[in-house]
Amino acid sequence: MDIGSFLINAILLVFLAATAIAVARLQNLFAGAMLFGIYSLLSAGVFVVLDAVDVAFTEAAVGAGIATILMLSTIALTGIKHESIPIRPLRSLLLVAVVGAALIYGTFDMPRFGDAEAPAHQHVALRYLQQSGDEIGIPNVVTSVLASYRGYDTLGEVAVIFTAGIGVLCLLGGSRRRRTDPADKS
Amino acid sequence: MQAFGLFNYWVVVLLMMTGLYIVTASPNLIKKIIGLNIFQTSVFILYITIGKVSFGTAPILVDGVSRYSNPLPHVLILTAIVVGVATTALGLALVVRIHSAYGSINESELQNEDAADS
Repeated sequence: MDIGSFLINAILLVFLAATAIAVARLQNLFAGAMLFGIYSLLSAGVFVVLDAVDVAFTEAAVGAGIATILMLSTIALTGIKHESIPIRPLRSLLLVAVVGAALIYGTFDMPRFGDAEAPAHQHVALRYLQQSGDEIGIPNVVTSVLASYRGYDTLGEVAVIFTAGIGVLCLLGGSRRRRTDPADKS
Repeated sequence: MQAFGLFNYWVVVLLMMTGLYIVTASPNLIKKIIGLNIFQTSVFILYITIGKVSFGTAPILVDGVSRYSNPLPHVLILTAIVVGVATTALGLALVVRIHSAYGSINESELQNEDAADS
């Protein structure tokens, strides 16, 4: 096993776990949103160590940047800074313990970290790595797959973003017009 | 070292369960969306961990390198990150709208108000 990258990855993962638990325990929403930004940035670090450089800069820009800004602007718009005490925490803890134990049991059948013989590496990924240089002519295999081999996925993604954009406009644009409507004040 | 081979998956399960706890236990709608995002990022880490190959390098073709990590999970997760931020934006817009209609984003207060209305 590749011990060097495994160790850096493990240290970042411990930081990630500590940040996530801190978010769960804090009742201050502003601190929670900022810690979520740190969480996203740390996960971008994990992605670099695990060779997913394209994913890392998307996560750093979109996850740590845009998502945190959206959360902060929601906190600013609603003016609510603190949350009240958790509802039924014991029932949630029981649910989380049961689901978590089942998932941990499931991980024993997973291929080990960095296993080159794992089933995920045996099928179409091998072909992308061997042929995409000749077929598409772009050195970055992730770009070739994203824009060419699986271009329809990316088209679907654009449709989803467009729908979400229309949804946000309908929800927020309408409420702003209603608030400034002079007939509403009477 | 084989015993450490599952460490990534265990941390992923821990992060996922932290997210699930926040979504189920927190009454605040903004906090619930933060929990959903934590859950979602843990799924990203699961996929990228599956794509890693020991002593491999990032899947950018270079002369003299023959061992690359799997590019397919990276492509799937790139799509998922962008879709994830779109759903987060829609969820937060709903929270703002609920706040202007009810004056609260606390789940129990919203339920009480709905029960009083009907």
